[in-house]
Amino acid sequence: MGKLFAVTVAILTIVSAGIFMLHIWWLPPDVSVLGTGIDHQINETMMASGVLFVGAQLALAAFVWQSAGSSAPIRIFPGGATPMVVTAVVLVGIEVLVLTLVGSKIWAGLFMVQAPKGALQVDVQAEQFAFYFRYAGPDGKFGAMDPAKISDANNNFFGLDPANDTTARDDIISGSLAIPVNRPILLTLHSRDVGHAFYVPQLRIQQDFVPGLVIPIHFTATTVGKYELVCTQLCGLGHYNMRAYVEVMSDSDFAQWLKTQANQ
Amino acid sequence: MTTPVRETVAKITELKHTPPQGFLRKYVFSLDHKVIGRQYLDLALVAVITGMVLSWLMRLHLGYPAASIPALGAANPSLMTPEFYLQLMTMHGTIMVFFVLTTAPFAGFGNFFLPIQVGAEDMAFPRFNMMSFWVTFLAFLVLVSSFFIPDGPALSGWTAYAPLSAIGKDAGPGQGLGQTLWAVSIALFCVGQLLGALNFIATTLDLRTKGMSLTRLPFSTWAWFTTSVIGLIAFSVLLPACILLILDRVAGTSFFLPAGLVFNDQVQPHSGGSPLLWQHLFWFFGHPEVYIAILPGIGIVSHILPAFTRKPLLGPRVLIGCMVAIGFLSYTVWGHHMFLSGMNPFSAILFSIPTLIITIPATIVTLLWIGSIYGSRLRLTAASLFCLGFVSVFVSGGISGFFLAQPSIDTYLHGTYFVVGHFHFVMGVAAMFGIFAGTYFWFPKMYGRMMNETLGKWHFALTFIGVYCIFMPMHYLGLAGNVRRYASFTDDYLQPLLPVHKFITIAALFTGAVQLLFFVNLIWSRFKGAPATDNPWEATSLEWSTSSPPPFDNFGGRHPVVTRGPNEYGAPGASDHLMQAGGA
Repeated sequence: MGKLFAVTVAILTIVSAGIFMLHIWWLPPDVSVLGTGIDHQINETMMASGVLFVGAQLALAAFVWQSAGSSAPIRIFPGGATPMVVTAVVLVGIEVLVLTLVGSKIWAGLFMVQAPKGALQVDVQAEQFAFYFRYAGPDGKFGAMDPAKISDANNNFFGLDPANDTTARDDIISGSLAIPVNRPILLTLHSRDVGHAFYVPQLRIQQDFVPGLVIPIHFTATTVGKYELVCTQLCGLGHYNMRAYVEVMSDSDFAQWLKTQANQ
Repeated sequence: MTTPVRETVAKITELKHTPPQGFLRKYVFSLDHKVIGRQYLDLALVAVITGMVLSWLMRLHLGYPAASIPALGAANPSLMTPEFYLQLMTMHGTIMVFFVLTTAPFAGFGNFFLPIQVGAEDMAFPRFNMMSFWVTFLAFLVLVSSFFIPDGPALSGWTAYAPLSAIGKDAGPGQGLGQTLWAVSIALFCVGQLLGALNFIATTLDLRTKGMSLTRLPFSTWAWFTTSVIGLIAFSVLLPACILLILDRVAGTSFFLPAGLVFNDQVQPHSGGSPLLWQHLFWFFGHPEVYIAILPGIGIVSHILPAFTRKPLLGPRVLIGCMVAIGFLSYTVWGHHMFLSGMNPFSAILFSIPTLIITIPATIVTLLWIGSIYGSRLRLTAASLFCLGFVSVFVSGGISGFFLAQPSIDTYLHGTYFVVGHFHFVMGVAAMFGIFAGTYFWFPKMYGRMMNETLGKWHFALTFIGVYCIFMPMHYLGLAGNVRRYASFTDDYLQPLLPVHKFITIAALFTGAVQLLFFVNLIWSRFKGAPATDNPWEATSLEWSTSSPPPFDNFGGRHPVVTRGPNEYGAPGASDHLMQAGGA
């Protein structure tokens, strides 16, 4: 019985860890500048915690194998509780320290520095259950938003007032996020109703939309392609279906796209 | 060596009560902590069956979206709508976290055994104790009643984030009366648990029998005591938060609702509130709640394991210190649920550090358990197997916490199945294994009959493999970016992951079916199990010094005198074990 338990734990451990190591299911390819650091941090954490996981499980299995049904005189673990405390404090303590130091730098690069100068700003409005994107248009200025003017019926998702607000007249509204490759992008996130979230796995970025707050995030996409943007904050019955596409384009394609959108 | 303790015998004598008279006083509105403990456990049993059935329906739909569910489909073919899925999910989470993982290991076992383990005749406040259960029972009825109203139960998840939870029926189906019933239920639940926590604290501090110093308390009592202190603070915050939520919903206030919200193209008449305020209040409760669910399990396993390894647990004082440290640190980490919430990103780093540090006492506890098995005379029973299984799943669930504790990784994994796998392992499965271990261990004391060991071992073996098949793959899904709380996976990038969901569904249904072994064993043994002796496991703590089941006043009119700690197994030169209440 003890041996059976030990073998079961060992098999579960090796299979579980093996699937991680073989990357059978793994992160999709990274297409962002800051994603490299995140992937590195995930890999480092995977290795460090993997050693703890396999070590602890196999020790459990080995000790159960050895002691189940034993009638030998009991033996205390060499050194008693001290090695446990020392191991935990030193090993885990070092791990905590290193992960915090390295990870904080990555986090700071994502969320604690301003978007680089020259970043393209796109305004994002989230609502049950869609994302809308707004570009400033040729004048480079966004029209003011007024919640009272928001109307799905009139396709006025941002509550603009083009009749009286000249800056709003050339704003470009899109249902997908088109962006140029290798250029910093600054998104300003708004929600008009409940909490939503912006998540593009390939960009390695996720951020909640919070009604009442305007939240900036920035990133730079490195590979041309079409990626799915999904909502990860429970927002109601259509949550599973709240999505849009991020289209990363070459500079010339993006310029053409903007021109086409402006003429619509 | 004995430690001087406060003389509490006089106080115990004052509380001496007479046997209950009449059916109602004996079995329904009982003041006896043992009856109340059993009532809590029975409530948890009903709740866990309910919660498990809800999860089967969810898993069936996720694994086989096209399949109709005969039992439900016949009545209403469109039953598994996206909103119904979210309602099942919300009720599953709420029922499991509150009415199973809090009630069974803490209120259930704690009520039954804490007074006995400290050598008291009852809780310090038996009437509060009775109220605690009945208010909790009422809370459960209120929650479940939302299944029977036209719009159905709430769908905003067990975390009930505002504005979705606060705005009312404009937010969608289930967000009308269903969400109000949810908030009322949880507010009532808080009241019930506050009454319970006060009782546990007062009983532990004031009603200990002669010789029962704090250092001689069993690990389980230490865990229940620490949990009570955590609960007293946590539920004191969730209660007003729920009241504010109810006011936002029914009285037009704006605690959690900012200006400029637009639903159905209409600006809502709210201003000045903050959705993040709800998140802070909820998680100030919510993270300690994780430890309310798991600390009793840690205590129960630490209490049970030495009885089966036949040697003292390593570092008993270190273990108690770790439990207290975990309890304290649990109040410094709530913001790790909010890294991506829009709060100041600098605070994410501050919340990340204690979150990572809390792994140190958790690691020490785990190593103490594993080191205690080394060189032991391990007796494998259903109870000890579930303790060993607890250690294994606690490691598996705890390890993934390393990832989520780091904001720079959470930015990828937050909101994915990685989180679902993590918390199910560490606070769901581990806590359930603690409950199972406690049940197999204490059942003879509670009912005077033994449970069937063969059924118990099969129950363990199949459940242990089953939970790994359910929850480990969720980590792989999360790494692949699989979003949680989705009623269907229609996104292109999720399509290759659907076979994994099928596998999880099959494993979940299998593991669920295996629980029948437990239910059958539980009911059969209650009436037909072999009669239990007073101390079938040769354990040391006070509950094993009295009859099985104990009399109404626990020790038959005598007050046990404690001469040693509960960890006296296999000491050199001594007999195999020394009872706490044995002579010096």
